[in-house]
Amino acid sequence: MSLIELENITKVYHAGEISVNALKGISLKIEKKSFVSFIGPSGSGKSTLLNLIGILDKPTNGKMIVNGTDVRTLDRTAAARFRGKTIGFVFQNFNLIPVLTVYENIEYPLLMLEHLHSNERRKRVLRLLEKVGMTDQRDKYPNQISGGQKQRVAVARALVTNPQIVLADEPTANLDHATAFKIITIMHEMTSDIGTTFIFSTHDSKIVGEAEVIHTLEDGAIVKTDTRKVHDR
Amino acid sequence: MINVIIIALRNLFRNTRRTLLTSSLISFGVILVVVFGGLAISFKSQMVGVLTNTAMGDLQIHKKGYVESIDNLPLNLTLTGSELASVETVLNNNPEIESYSPRIKFGAMISNYAQTSNIRLNAVYPEKENRTLPGFVKRIKGNIPDPDRFVKPGEILIPENLMNGLSLKAGDDIVLVATNKEGSVNAITLRIAAETEAIFGPSGKDGSIHIDDAITLLRMDQLEVVEIAIHLQQFDNLNAVSSSLKTTLGSNQSPFEVHTWEQLSPFASITRIVDLLIIVVKFILMTIVLVSILNIMTMSVYERISEIGTIAAMGTPPRKILTLFLVEGFAMGLLSTIVGIVIGLGALWIMNMTKINFTFGTMDVSLAPSIPVSEIIWVAVTVMFVSLFAGFQPSYKASKMEPVDALGHV
Repeated sequence: MSLIELENITKVYHAGEISVNALKGISLKIEKKSFVSFIGPSGSGKSTLLNLIGILDKPTNGKMIVNGTDVRTLDRTAAARFRGKTIGFVFQNFNLIPVLTVYENIEYPLLMLEHLHSNERRKRVLRLLEKVGMTDQRDKYPNQISGGQKQRVAVARALVTNPQIVLADEPTANLDHATAFKIITIMHEMTSDIGTTFIFSTHDSKIVGEAEVIHTLEDGAIVKTDTRKVHDR
Repeated sequence: MINVIIIALRNLFRNTRRTLLTSSLISFGVILVVVFGGLAISFKSQMVGVLTNTAMGDLQIHKKGYVESIDNLPLNLTLTGSELASVETVLNNNPEIESYSPRIKFGAMISNYAQTSNIRLNAVYPEKENRTLPGFVKRIKGNIPDPDRFVKPGEILIPENLMNGLSLKAGDDIVLVATNKEGSVNAITLRIAAETEAIFGPSGKDGSIHIDDAITLLRMDQLEVVEIAIHLQQFDNLNAVSSSLKTTLGSNQSPFEVHTWEQLSPFASITRIVDLLIIVVKFILMTIVLVSILNIMTMSVYERISEIGTIAAMGTPPRKILTLFLVEGFAMGLLSTIVGIVIGLGALWIMNMTKINFTFGTMDVSLAPSIPVSEIIWVAVTVMFVSLFAGFQPSYKASKMEPVDALGHV
């Protein structure tokens, strides 16, 4: 069974009397431990699709199974708990909490969602800090580090609960190419090390090359899917 | 939960200046309640204490109908010897009653042989009066060697306004002329034992004599008293004891009536005004807290919509988001209350040390304000409750945000 199964998913937004078909019958499967990207121009439906997979939003029609759960049946609280256990998020604008340090930002999901002993919490946070190369910045606040460093912290935060899936909507859009490449590399390494499925959307054609499966969207529909082996770095 | 509290506290101090300004406002309200409450409650209790301990007692018993015509000091509505004995039996058997003092109150003319004036007289057994009204002797000027014998047979205590008006001094002889209940006029010569403060009676013209002299002056065949003043063991039990005595002595068939000091003194309406003012100040405090917390929490939620989306996306359940913001508002109320109470109590302590002296009517009062613990608890609990109430709407709004909408907020 695939980790994510979407079958004929549609999403219609209503703005007054105007209806916008953001997704038009999307069907796809995403396997465990895969590294998947969605590409396409603005308004093609990438973010909408990631929001649906992340259970931040509900489809208008269609069937959606994530990690064996029909997510359309979940109410708000159940959806939140499901996200907390199964999905991590990396945002384009990093969305770190400004009053918390780097260490505390990574620890935050564990404090809010899991009842771990402080030693176990500390162990997990330190391990991820080391993996994203931010150990020496752990006591700094988000306004004291660069954009690339913020995104590394965001990746660590997304992974700290050991989720099955990490969703990243344009994670490199606010970064220069070299930094963006580093972030993607970190994400890729995590896929191998932790066994997490990474799904991201991007405009950057060079970054896209890092994905194993590339879905191209246009006008709310998948027009092309490329599956390939990632080149050696 | 401890993690939620820690995060809420940090959030509270994101905008330190705004938080401190709002907290200061709430603290100011708390200080206002503590200081005003302390002053008002102390003023009230001191004045009530003066009234009940120096003039009225806590309760009074009269012949039925007396209080309706109390201004005329009627002598035809008295308790006869047998009635007095039956009342005394009831009072002696009531453990809540510390002491009581039978009195004859009547009006008379006072003369220094050259001038004449009116005087209201309170005829008492001094030892019983002293036990029932322990504050009375403090209002007598000069040295009183034995408070249980502050007035002896053949002596009179005269208020200072009459002493001045009639050019009298301690040791002088005066003549009292009074009419008894049969209309017979009689006179008696008494020596002035001392001068009292002019605070007793409607116009400060109440003097005191020994009850034996009143019996002589009014030509009573046997003792008849006009009223019995009662002092309780615990003033807080006033209403309970009053109800009990009214049941025993004040029934419809009974010849007696029982009144508390509140029912007899116009000052009771002043105490009710003081209570009303305290309620108004408390209402102002609640309004300050409500508006302040509601305002700051609404701002806080509005500024952090994107962040709410982030924590919701990470899997924070709506109820935890609600708790996070509620704790933030509650913490602000708590911190402000603690600061307000500490400063308020500090201010009261300073006032207590320095004493506030003022004149109330013709009475010099030295006020040492303090506030009961129950009032402090009331303030703290009210501010906490209003903080939670005021913070609920913004917190609820935050918890109900759809993550996808919140994340898309710019």
